[in-house]
Amino acid sequence: MKLKQISIFLENKKGRLWKALSILKDAGINIRALSIADTSGFGILRLIVPEPEEAKKVLEAGNFVVKVNDVIAIGVPDKPGGLDGILEVLNKSNINVEYLYAFVAKRGEQAMVVLRTEDIDAGIKALEDGGVTILSSEEVYKL
Amino acid sequence: MIWNEELECMSEDEKKQLQLTRLQDVVKKAYENVPYYRKRFEEIGIKPEDIKTLNDVEMLPFTTKTDLREAYPFGMFAVPEDDIIEVHTSSGTTGKPTVSGYTQTDLEIWSEVMARALAMAGAGRKDFIQNAYGYGLFTGGMGVHYGAQKIGATVVPISAGNTMRQLEIMQDFGTTIITCTPSYALYLAEVAEKEGIRKESIKLKAGIFGAEMWTEEMRKELEKRLNIDALNIYGLTEIIGPGVAMECNDKNGLHISDDHFYPEIIDANTLETLPEGKKGELVLTTLTREGMPIIRFRTKDITALRKGKCSCGRTLIKMDRITGRTDDMLKIRGVIVFPSQIEKALLRIEGLEPHYQIVVTRPHHLDEIEVLVENSEKLFSDEVKHVEEAKKMIEDYIHSEIGLRVNVILVEPQSIPRSEGKAVRVIDKREF
Repeated sequence: MKLKQISIFLENKKGRLWKALSILKDAGINIRALSIADTSGFGILRLIVPEPEEAKKVLEAGNFVVKVNDVIAIGVPDKPGGLDGILEVLNKSNINVEYLYAFVAKRGEQAMVVLRTEDIDAGIKALEDGGVTILSSEEVYKL
Repeated sequence: MIWNEELECMSEDEKKQLQLTRLQDVVKKAYENVPYYRKRFEEIGIKPEDIKTLNDVEMLPFTTKTDLREAYPFGMFAVPEDDIIEVHTSSGTTGKPTVSGYTQTDLEIWSEVMARALAMAGAGRKDFIQNAYGYGLFTGGMGVHYGAQKIGATVVPISAGNTMRQLEIMQDFGTTIITCTPSYALYLAEVAEKEGIRKESIKLKAGIFGAEMWTEEMRKELEKRLNIDALNIYGLTEIIGPGVAMECNDKNGLHISDDHFYPEIIDANTLETLPEGKKGELVLTTLTREGMPIIRFRTKDITALRKGKCSCGRTLIKMDRITGRTDDMLKIRGVIVFPSQIEKALLRIEGLEPHYQIVVTRPHHLDEIEVLVENSEKLFSDEVKHVEEAKKMIEDYIHSEIGLRVNVILVEPQSIPRSEGKAVRVIDKREF
């Protein structure tokens, strides 16, 4: 089960992140998960939102470069070693993780991990074969 | 040492008389032998005999780089092609180059003004002049060569590049004068230090640096590191090549050989002639050239003129160090770069908007270019490595177009200011 993620190009300049988020606020779009990859020259803001296409549209209207792509969302028990098991599965299947980010919805319950493998389908298959729970879009948006 | 005391130190009155006679002569020759000039003179209704005083030069039409380009290849020659014995061209980066044709007499004039220039740097028969300007269609190499031979110095025609060999020869031959671009001289100094070459093994006394804009700070740096007098030379292919003007040891402005090249400063917008000491665009008229007389050539170089007797004894008029150009041509580490070349490179990349801005800086005495390019969906990715690959690809495209490495900075769409008229493509932060 694939999940849509939106990525936004951010210039390495004051106020750009705020500008992107305020556009989403004005459009009434709620952010479920967020991560920023930063380099010396630019940043990539990655977001999970319930309305990715709508978010892309409003951000583009605000002159941002936006890309929508697939990622995998996984539910992980919020306890020590929760993420370890997943990475073990991927490692055994020789799947390279491009990036991942995680957050806890409610302490003690479940954590969500968003991960991007080079080949999304291969990533999903390896995880499913390894008995990992992949979350559907609906489940993610409800978190 | 003054090469030609009679002409370099003549009185104001004598010089004015000489300039007027020569101006009248060159105007007549241009009118009679170059159809382009005849047409231009007729358009504004003037005849050569209308030139009665030096100030009448202001009636004459300007010649621009575009005019010369349109005359490509030999349209500006004033003599039969048989009489032309050498040609050079400008770099021709924005289309057709401009051609400069020389008769025997022209080469003698060039040798004469270059001999004056080299003598200003102290060159004599005993000197070894290592000529690291490029030999070829570029005028730098041959200009220095002719001047050195005229003086009777020993010229080492090593041409540009090959730094290790430059340093080896410099030590083995006991080079006393080096001629190259100032940025290359700095590079030579850096490599010499890195290689642990002892200062005593280098006998340089002077460097003649030109073909790009440079600063007083750079002069100090070069003088300290190479233990030399670093002197500024100026010239342009359209007029003759290097040797149009050169600094004496006073190091306070360049002496124009104004018995051969008549200088004016104009306001680049109103085209009016500006008084002495005012900064504006340098305009040059060749007073003695046979093969290709050029009337009021707009150099686009910004400077000011200063008359009077110099502490060195010369009365040749002085021009300030060039502080900029009226157009957007850039000289980056001696290489000519036009914003249009960057645009050309960007246009070759699919999915990229050709909105860009060039920022030129000089952080450590070497020019650096940053090119701001607007990111697009086509280039963008959720992965950092792909965005960095896109940046690298743009840098490669620009490199193959201009021959220099630049740093591409991806910016957000619409973040580069748009303009109705001429876009501001270049932000030159170098201080000249």
